[in-house]
Amino acid sequence: MKIHALRRGPVLTIVVGIVVTAILLFPLYWMLVNSLETTQEMFSIPAPLVPTTITFAPYVTVLQSQLPHLLTSLIVAFGTVILSLVIATPSAYALAHFRFRITLVVVFCLLLTQMIPTVTLATPMFLIFNKLGLLNSYLGLILADTTYAVPFNILILRAFLQSVPYELAEAAFVDGTGEWGAFIRVMLPVVTPGLITAGLFSFLFGWGDFLYALTIMTNSSIQPVSVSIYNFIGQFGAQWNELMAVAVLASIPAAILLIVFQGYITAGLTSGAVKG
Amino acid sequence: MAMKTSASAGVARSKERVAAAPLRRRFRRRWWARLMFLLPAILYLIIFYGYPLYYSFMVSFEHYTLQEEVTGVAAFTGLANYVTVFQDPGFRLAAVHTLVFTICSIIPQFIIGLALALFFHRRFPLSQLLRSLMLVPWLLPIVVSATVWRWLFDQTNGIIDQVLAGLHILPAHFGWLTTPGWAFAAVIVTNIWIGIPFNMVILYSGLQGIAEEFYEAAAIDGAGKWQAFLYVTLPLLEPVIGILLMLGLIYTLKVFDLIYVMTGGGPANDTQIFATWSYNLSFSQQLFGQGAAVGNIILLIALAFALVYLWWARRTT
Repeated sequence: MKIHALRRGPVLTIVVGIVVTAILLFPLYWMLVNSLETTQEMFSIPAPLVPTTITFAPYVTVLQSQLPHLLTSLIVAFGTVILSLVIATPSAYALAHFRFRITLVVVFCLLLTQMIPTVTLATPMFLIFNKLGLLNSYLGLILADTTYAVPFNILILRAFLQSVPYELAEAAFVDGTGEWGAFIRVMLPVVTPGLITAGLFSFLFGWGDFLYALTIMTNSSIQPVSVSIYNFIGQFGAQWNELMAVAVLASIPAAILLIVFQGYITAGLTSGAVKG
Repeated sequence: MAMKTSASAGVARSKERVAAAPLRRRFRRRWWARLMFLLPAILYLIIFYGYPLYYSFMVSFEHYTLQEEVTGVAAFTGLANYVTVFQDPGFRLAAVHTLVFTICSIIPQFIIGLALALFFHRRFPLSQLLRSLMLVPWLLPIVVSATVWRWLFDQTNGIIDQVLAGLHILPAHFGWLTTPGWAFAAVIVTNIWIGIPFNMVILYSGLQGIAEEFYEAAAIDGAGKWQAFLYVTLPLLEPVIGILLMLGLIYTLKVFDLIYVMTGGGPANDTQIFATWSYNLSFSQQLFGQGAAVGNIILLIALAFALVYLWWARRTT
């Protein structure tokens, strides 16, 4: 009796777990399935839950027009990662180990930036960038996108660096290494997981940005995939299978990062709790 | 004797002073070297937050449209932009929508997230895999989610329309995103879906922080599962719940992409919230002064919530 209950318990739990996950992820399944269907099958009623035939035609069509936009997104996302890590890492170190009178003020300001809606920054950013000639440039978009990542990175890297004792850097001073040498050669290698987590989220921020790209790219010379999807809906209203193919392509980086760095993502989500 | 000590002390002190000078210089040099580490953050905060916010503040008091942007000269108009914005019928609409959108998003997100966190807290084979799969909606670009849900809610052949029409709940080819009221519901459902993983992850880690002993003690006192939840889980989760609701509030106030892509604020401003309204004022109508004014109002609301949270957090700890 008891063994029976034990055996049935987990099985039921697993089944419920799978069903719940399937329901929550259904929109993504539907995206994937529809991107592999012909328009005809997609619009048949009732729509088949599992496609009878699979076609890659939507991808072939879409890749031609979307490849430049995907590349743009990649450039912007990597630019955001590099720039935001360069700015954030030394500061995170200073906030973790050096005591200045303004340390607490800076930390407070960083927390405060997390409450500032992006849309509030969009208007002044556009006007300032227009004066500086930064509109319609990669640099402009990357600079704007760092606002998602820099405060987040500083706060998360600070937490990582706080767990490394400063004595480790002091030991390097004995060999005649300076403050920066110790930071780069001793401290940074120890917090590699922190750098990965911060870089990961910076990439997702840069890749997912829509608002700044919409604002700063006033002509269509440079257009990340987030904006090109949006324009795609307007242009080809009914081509839903192709649109879903673009959506799948735009989801690939997130999927890869989740598969490769799953632990880092959960760590970033919970330890930071400072989502942008 | 006394003289001698004080004299020797004096000697020692002057010796110290001699030694202290280069030491102090070294300290100062070190202080500067260390400040260089912090400098990027300070400069970044000033350039990328301080200056734009100051700019937004100034522009909101000026008659600032595309013309002023070109000529570079804008007239100071005091509170005119704020008065215009407050008197606009769109203000009341955006205020009500923002409020309803926020409440209707974060409460279901939280409840579903908590239910899932409790479910996965039991840990069973596959639970870790399923948990990380559930993160996917949160990691995707919001534009992607909004596009997919736009297709799900599609009037011609969306799956939601097919299912509800098939069950005779709604007429076939019901225009979810084009019918006032229903468009708002569709946008809220999508936002709930996006927010569930975040709530689940935070609450799950909060649950893991509760020591097993509390439940054992409760069980000894004869508490059932429901009582353990009410009197052990919930009170111990309180700090996590507080920060989660606060982050949920601020995140929801920031929502822009979702509505912009799904409905563009329509039909007939039915899904217009402060964020999309501010953007439209600035970038569709080029009324930068008014757009900045609405942007600043959103910021004030966010800061007000942050203050309430800080007051609450201090009171409870």
